[in-house]
Amino acid sequence: MAKQTVELRTSPHIRKAPSVDEIMRNVVYALIPICLFAIYQFGISALALIIVVTGSCLLTEAFFCRMSGKPNTINDYSGAITGMLLALTLPPGFPLWMGVVAGFIAIGLGKTLFGGLGYNVLNPALIGRAFVQAAFPAAITTWTPAFAPGRFVEFIPSTLALPFTKPPSIESWLQGVAIDGFSGATPLALQKFENISTDTMSLFTGMTPGSVGEGSALLILICGSYLIIRNMMDWRIPAAMLLGVLLTSGAFFMIDAVKYPDPLFVLFSGGLMLGAIFMASDMVASPVTPRGVLIYGLFIGFLTVIIRLFGGQAEGVMYAILLGNAASPLIEAVTQPRIYGAQKKVKSEQ
Amino acid sequence: MQFLRRKTFAHGVHPPDNKENTNTKSVRRMAFAPELIIPLSQHFGAPAVPTVYEGQEVVRGEPIAKANGFISIPHHAPATGTIDRIELMQTARGPKTESIILKVTPGASQNVLYGSTREIADMTPQEIISAVQDSGIIGLGGAGFPTHVKLTVPKGHTVDTVLINGCECEPYLTTDHRVMLESVRDLIVGIRIILKSVGAERAIIGIEENKRDAIKAIRARLSPDEAITVRELKTKYPQGAEKILIKTILNREVPSGGYPSSAGVAVYNVSTSSQLGALLPYNQGLIERIVTITGPGVKKPGNYLIALGTPLRFVMEQVGYTGSANHLILGGPMMGTSVASLDVPVTKTVSAVLVLTEQEEAEQIPEKVYPCIKCGACVRACPIHLNPSQLTLLASKRRYGDMQEKFHLNDCFECGCCSYVCPSGIPLVQYFRIAKAVNRENRERIA
Repeated sequence: MAKQTVELRTSPHIRKAPSVDEIMRNVVYALIPICLFAIYQFGISALALIIVVTGSCLLTEAFFCRMSGKPNTINDYSGAITGMLLALTLPPGFPLWMGVVAGFIAIGLGKTLFGGLGYNVLNPALIGRAFVQAAFPAAITTWTPAFAPGRFVEFIPSTLALPFTKPPSIESWLQGVAIDGFSGATPLALQKFENISTDTMSLFTGMTPGSVGEGSALLILICGSYLIIRNMMDWRIPAAMLLGVLLTSGAFFMIDAVKYPDPLFVLFSGGLMLGAIFMASDMVASPVTPRGVLIYGLFIGFLTVIIRLFGGQAEGVMYAILLGNAASPLIEAVTQPRIYGAQKKVKSEQ
Repeated sequence: MQFLRRKTFAHGVHPPDNKENTNTKSVRRMAFAPELIIPLSQHFGAPAVPTVYEGQEVVRGEPIAKANGFISIPHHAPATGTIDRIELMQTARGPKTESIILKVTPGASQNVLYGSTREIADMTPQEIISAVQDSGIIGLGGAGFPTHVKLTVPKGHTVDTVLINGCECEPYLTTDHRVMLESVRDLIVGIRIILKSVGAERAIIGIEENKRDAIKAIRARLSPDEAITVRELKTKYPQGAEKILIKTILNREVPSGGYPSSAGVAVYNVSTSSQLGALLPYNQGLIERIVTITGPGVKKPGNYLIALGTPLRFVMEQVGYTGSANHLILGGPMMGTSVASLDVPVTKTVSAVLVLTEQEEAEQIPEKVYPCIKCGACVRACPIHLNPSQLTLLASKRRYGDMQEKFHLNDCFECGCCSYVCPSGIPLVQYFRIAKAVNRENRERIA
């Protein structure tokens, strides 16, 4: 016989969707190979940076949850994603104490201030990065070579700078690891300021200096595909953004192939792939309407190229995405879908 | 080669259909319960008015309540017996409703003793429509809209095509499926009656591809020059929603807030059509219906022909529970209603009783409701192309007026796709129901 209690609920009585924490957990899974590759590339400095920044993000979230008397939300993995992404956008030799600051700002200013998960207007990881970019302009543009010998036993000197001190110069260390021809510049900076192009293939496979996680475009694509196949990411956003980059840079390349880089170089260099797949696609700060998603992606792609070509800095992905985030409520407002039956389609009455 | 292409619509969801427990089971008649409860209001429109007195003896099929106006229907005695009393009784819809309680004579015959044969061909459309009203037939798919009202084409509109809805896109349900296999003759007679009364030239039966046997069975009975054709549709929820079906088959849209006849279409469910075919030629009233009783909580799942007014408790005793059954749903899992009590009767709109168990329930209830992360899954699922995410945001701020004026709340027909796909476990449909109810109250207050 039936139990004496009956359940009362409103329809629908069934559901089938991965829950929020399941989606977030899978994003973390997708980021792990990228982190591992970064550690392989840059050694224990990268490892330390990833751990410290992620830890800083989680502690900040726990701290603010406690302060505001809300239940602790670090179990939903979204803080961990912010931390990992943030670490991946920083230079490998970035001082750890600055990483702590970046993590604190990302979560404190970028997320909890707005009300936590689901309410942030801008991508929290990029807020953190934008802050340290402004606060520590030297440290964030100090690049170290990939595959330095001894990278698994020895920290890059700047990594261990004491809190609130200027990081030591890495000049002598650089001479110590003695990599021929290393100029301390990323392929993007080389291209922009010295017009030296880097082979697209080595960009694709990640054999170049740069931020911790922007190494291999191929690996990032594979990890992103995992999320897309599991239906946990809207593929339209990265696709639209990459298309926007191709179109814009293609147009400039056609105008002047000497002055402007070729589109493939633009596509695979810098943080573009990481930004397109893991940051622009951040669900919270992107539009939900089908046409809005397209416009949003194209807009970010366009901005990225414009900033890269005409801005003061070599890299433009971060500001492009932040501007895209800021524009997304507007984009959404003007791209509301046409609803069924909105236009009268009445047959002529005889 | 349009007829070869399987048709479908944009958006929607693919819930597991779970029909295999009952879709091969023939319809079986269930015994009479000792007492039947016939609510006077089982339909959309004014409640019927009783025409019997307490203690009166009635025979199976005899009218016991008459329609109160045009948008209303009569009711008939589902079994031979004595009128015990007329009083307020609980119904699945919630509020108590005036109901006729009929004590069934023990050993009462299953034969319908009331009615007379007549020739439909000799009747005018007007006569058919009033005959349909006399039979007490309403939309058996679950909407409960009186069929004779749907057969009356509004002035200024013409209906050129009749769509017969054999989609049965709700998981678990197999009543329509069985009707299409077992009552093809009645179905075709019913469709001809519909064509005659609305004055349409053709009828198209839309059936989802998971019911190929039904498609075959019906096609075998149709002559090539027939005005009736069968169209195979892709299996997708909510294909069987009236507006969606019209879009899929005819690529026409019903204007927002309008009727299907504005698009030159009229849509009827297969069960409704087959009841028309079964009852009208014999001048009989609707006294029983096929109900799928299924779900992991049922011992003997199947499709049962149940006398209207049979209390759910009796039905469940007949089919047997399993131990942990604790959630009864009238209708399908996407749009059905939970019942609070086993004392409610089976009415004309009950197409299924779905019994879920504790284990199943636990899987369906979200552990925790997260804030909306604006993933857009609901936007990509909504068959009407609304923006459920935005609507929910407004609902949480109680901006119910804006939901209607700017975001088309009233076009939502509560199919449940948005709640089904929401990773945050937000009960979106419930928000919309509240908003609609508040808006309705506000309108009434102003009026």
